[in-house]
Formats: sequence, structure tokens, C-alpha cells
Amino acid sequence: MKADDAVVLAQALTKRFGAFTAVDGLDLAIARGEVVGFIGPNGAGKSTAIRLLCGLLRPSAGRAIVAGYDVGREPEAVREHIGYMSQKFSLYGDLTVRENLQFFGGLYRVPRRELEQRMGLAVALAGLEGRERALVRTLAGGWKQRLALGCAILHRPPVLFLDEPTSGVEPEARRKFWDLIHHLASDGVTILVSTHYMEEAEYCNRIALIDAGRLVAIGSPGSLRRRELGGTLYELECSALGAAVAAANSAPGVIDAAIFGDKLHVLMAQGADTAELARLLGRARITAGPPRAIIPSLEDVFVRLVAKPRDRRSGA
Amino acid sequence: MFDRLRVMLMKELLELHRDPWAMFRLVVPLLLQLFAFGYAATFTVNHVATSVLDLDHSQESRGLISHFAATGRFDFVDFATSQADVTRDIDAGRATVAIVIHAGFARDLLNGRTGPLQVAVDGTNSNTALIALGYVGRIVARYQADRTGVTVPAAAAGASGVSVTLRERPWFNGGLEDRWFFIPGLIGTLTLIQVVSLTAFAVVREREVGTLEQIMVSPIRPIEFILGKAAPFFFIGLGEVLLITMVGEWWFHIPFLGSPLVMLLGASLFLLAALGLGLLLSTLSRTQQQAFALNFFIVNPFFILSGFAFPIAAMPAAMQWFTWINPLRYFLVVTRAVFLKGVGIAVLWPDLAVMGLLGAVLFGLSILRFRKSLD
Repeated sequence: MKADDAVVLAQALTKRFGAFTAVDGLDLAIARGEVVGFIGPNGAGKSTAIRLLCGLLRPSAGRAIVAGYDVGREPEAVREHIGYMSQKFSLYGDLTVRENLQFFGGLYRVPRRELEQRMGLAVALAGLEGRERALVRTLAGGWKQRLALGCAILHRPPVLFLDEPTSGVEPEARRKFWDLIHHLASDGVTILVSTHYMEEAEYCNRIALIDAGRLVAIGSPGSLRRRELGGTLYELECSALGAAVAAANSAPGVIDAAIFGDKLHVLMAQGADTAELARLLGRARITAGPPRAIIPSLEDVFVRLVAKPRDRRSGA
Repeated sequence: MFDRLRVMLMKELLELHRDPWAMFRLVVPLLLQLFAFGYAATFTVNHVATSVLDLDHSQESRGLISHFAATGRFDFVDFATSQADVTRDIDAGRATVAIVIHAGFARDLLNGRTGPLQVAVDGTNSNTALIALGYVGRIVARYQADRTGVTVPAAAAGASGVSVTLRERPWFNGGLEDRWFFIPGLIGTLTLIQVVSLTAFAVVREREVGTLEQIMVSPIRPIEFILGKAAPFFFIGLGEVLLITMVGEWWFHIPFLGSPLVMLLGASLFLLAALGLGLLLSTLSRTQQQAFALNFFIVNPFFILSGFAFPIAAMPAAMQWFTWINPLRYFLVVTRAVFLKGVGIAVLWPDLAVMGLLGAVLFGLSILRFRKSLD
């Protein structure tokens, strides 16, 4: 994609808090209608990156263009064209569903004629028909979340930033929320969403893996799985997982071994033989099932990618 | 601008309306403090616990003691038999004042000499001690006058020659009622405390809950946000001024001689300054604890250095300078003058002007300080 086509564009975007670099040289280009997921552990810099793109924080270096406006120089113009859901739930609990919608619609100066119709759509979107007069604090998490999304899109922003919108929401409600996201994206809304639920990453067109303020990798879930691992992944059921990791790592052809739930995941170089691995495990008195080649999950990819730069650092 | 101001205002009023304790928090502490000050705050010294030691046992010494008893200002808690008893009474706090009439009191008086009378005062509370000593001086002077039939002013007691008679006639508060002084002053003091903390917390709470971030990311302008936040508290403040004024006039019967319009003008300018101060504090605080600490740190000095209870003229120069930037100082002048003196804008315009200026500066600063960024 050419940079000119990007609805959200970050170039060497950096945010430092004192000596701490929260976002470190982020380069990113998102096309219209794309759903891009920020994936990474807590404290990786996902929220800071989103706040930079919303103009809530000023970049220390680099720049960002959102909906055609420079975030550092024209933050007010950016604000007119984006919707944002912060990590904290941020509607007014003492106001009703309708009053919250009226308030946010008013903040964005949605014309009164249209507001009524759009509020109706937002209520329908949240599945809150008939509960317009309920106080928001009485709603369950999933409804609150969908209502917050409804409030964030009342002014029809072409770009949406959602910072962990589904955290603390039950799985069923999370799935509904993602349906809404895709519905919006199909209307041409560009959406950047952060999450720490790995399975949610699969719902994104592209995933940006973020660790320690840096963009580690970006691509579609499928391409990340194929491209980034650089080998074949095997899964084994075995006893004494801790000892098994050590034994597997010493086997020839093994790139990396890691515990994955109650199983062992072993990444082996393309074409390497698993017989030697089984022999070494046997010698370490570990009872192991046969290694099965599996399709790596995104978590495998992430664990592998985040481990890589650390290996280099400790090796240096 | 007015669209967003209107929705901000609507939102604030709805939140206030939904808060079941809002009315309680706004009115009850105010009334409690008003009645506490109305009934309990007084500089008058009455029923001073007094220990008496009469070593003369004469008709004259008993006459002097009965003069003390007649005023009602002194309650005799102990008729001591020795100097040691008197010391013990004062040490233990049983007595604030000790009157010791030494042997030979009557003899000296009869011989035209000065009778030896000793008064000891517990000076821990310097104010009470000073006032009690003043009473002692007057009672002794009256005793002397009754005995000799000559009126001598207290200060000149004992001196001979020209006799000057003092006729006291205090203006504006003929009965020298402390209540008349305190209650008009409470209008400014209580309103300042309430309005500053309400406004400071209102913004910080939104910051803590996270709604402020949602507002910051919208295209609202700082002035729209600040005015929308402040407006409800302005009217709440005016309501409190009205409430205290009514209770003062109808319950405590403080005369209200001036124009209600001058009071309204003064209150509006004062509230502007108080709101500006509260908003400024809120932009300086990240959490409610910080707002609480800052509020305490700022409001108490404003209260002490205002002239509410302690005269500004008696303060050291540096403290007096601070009072110049204290809006409460000016509003106290206005409320007391409007209540008791009945003067109008012709006299009060400098105070009103300075309050307006302080209000504009504080409000302007809070708008400038409110950044739509989390940096």
C-alpha cells in the first residue's frame, strides 16, 4: 500500500516519558476499511500508541497522519474525524442510555434532525431497544461496551480507535462486539483495535504485534503464522514438561521449545528429523507421545517473535 | 459554542439531579456550620471560673468580692484558704482567674493608701485572659467609685486631677453582638469552602472515572468545558448565599440594611473567583486525594488570612500582602457592609472591582491550564 492511500499513517512515531520510551519508532499504514489489531502484553505500548494517534498525547518524535490531518499539528481536525473508546469504561453511569447518546451527539454537534435517527441506530446496534431510559450503570458489561461504541460513532467518524474494548467482557458479548466491528468496517470505517485476547487477533484483517514499544511484526493472521516461524511446529504430549523443554532444546535441528498449556511445542528447522528429538527425550526418562506437526497459533508466533530480540540481546 | 455549552450544562444538572445525596451535602453541612457559628462563636467572656483568696476578712474585702459576683462574669469555683490553693486551682485548670486580697487591704484603704489586690490570670488563652483582665479593671474601678462616690474611668483609676467621662456608642452594631459580625462573614467563608471543593472534585472525578479522556478526544473547546462545569456551581453558590442570608436575617435577626442587588453583584463576582480557584486546583490534581490535599492547603490560609475572625491590620506585613489577592477578604467587606452599614456601590466599588479582576484572572488561568492532552 502506498502511504498516500493510508487513512492512518505513522512514521517513526515515538513517545518518551522521561527516560522511558513507551512507543519506539512506530511505522504503520492502514487502508480504508481495514481492521487492524494491536496485539501485545500489558505495558507493551498499545494504549500509548492509540493515544498518540488520537492526539491525546503529543509525539516526542516522528509523525502521524489520521484521516488526512497531522496529529501533532492539527489535533482538533483529527478529533472531528475519529471515534475513540478508551480502555476504561467511559460513559456516565448516572445518565440514561438516551442521555449519554444525547450528550456525546451534542459534543460532536450532530445536527438535531439527524441525531434522533442516529441514536435509534446506536440503540439498535447495542441491542438496547426498549431500555433507552435505563441508567447506564445498571447495564451489564457487554451492553455498556456496545453502547460506548454506539456513542463513539454517532458523528460517523471514518476512523475508529478502540483500546481494549472487550477486556472484562464475557466471550459471548465479545463475539457480538466483533460482529459490530466488521459491520462498521464493511461500511468503509477504518478500525484500529487493541486487545490482549489472542483469539480475537484472528478476527482482524491484519495484526500488528507490539512488544516493548516496538512493532515486532505486521501481517494477516495467516501470513504471520506461515512466514514468521521459519520452521515446522510439532506438538508433543509428555511428562515432566520443565525437563522436557531443556532436553528438547539440546536436540539437533530444534530452533525453540516451549511449554504450551499442558503440551510441549517444538519448532524445528525445515526438514529436520524428529527421531533424534524422541531419542533425547527418552534418554532424559521423559515419556512422550509422538510429535505431531501442527499449524502454529498466533500465540506461538508471538512467543517466538518476542523471544527473538531477547535472545540476541542476551547473546551479545 | 452554545450547543456544546448547553449539552455540558444538561449533563452536569442531570448528574447532580441523580445524586440522591447532593441536596444533603449542599445544605446540611452549611446549616450546621451556620448554627454552630451563630450560637457558639463568640468572643464574649462570661462565667469565668474564679478562685478567691481573702486574707483580709474585712467588710471592705467582702464588698469588693460582691462587686465581682454582681456582674455575673465571674463564677467563684473556690474560696481558697492559702496561696498554695490558688496556685493549685490555676495549675489544674479549675480556675482561669484568681483574686487574692492581701491582709491590710481595709486598713490601707481607710488610711487613704492603695489597697493591695492581686489578680492572677491563666494566659493560655490570651484572648480570654485579656478580656477577663479588662473586666477586672472595670469592676475595681466601679468598686472605687461606689466607695468614694466619684466616677473615674478605668484606665485613669487612681490618678487625680481632671475627670473625663467616656460614653461608649458603637455604630452599626450597637449591642456589640459577635453574631452580627460572624454571620454576614459566614456567607463568604462557607460558600468559598463549598464551591472550591465542589468544583475541584467535579473535574478530578471525571478524570479518575475516565470520562474526561472521552471528552478530551472530542472537538469540545476548553472554554466550553470549563464554563459548562462551572455554571451549575455558580447557581449552587448563589443559592447558598441566599440561604445563609435568609437564615441570618430571619432566624438570627441580623439587620440587612443594604441593597439585595449589591449583595447579588458582590456574590456573583466572588463566586467567579471561587469557581476559578476550584477549577485551577482541579487542573493541578490528578486524583481526588491530591485535590483534597490541595483544597485543604489553599482554603485554610484563605480563611485565616481574610479578616473573618482575625483582624488583618494586626497581621505581619507579608501576611497582609497575601490578603490583597484573597477574594474572601473583599467579599467579607461587602457582606458586612451591606448587612450592617447599608452602604452601596459608591462605597464598595473598589472591593467589587478587585473581586472581578481576581475572578477573571483565576478563571482565565484555569481555561489556559486545561489542556486537551494527557501529557
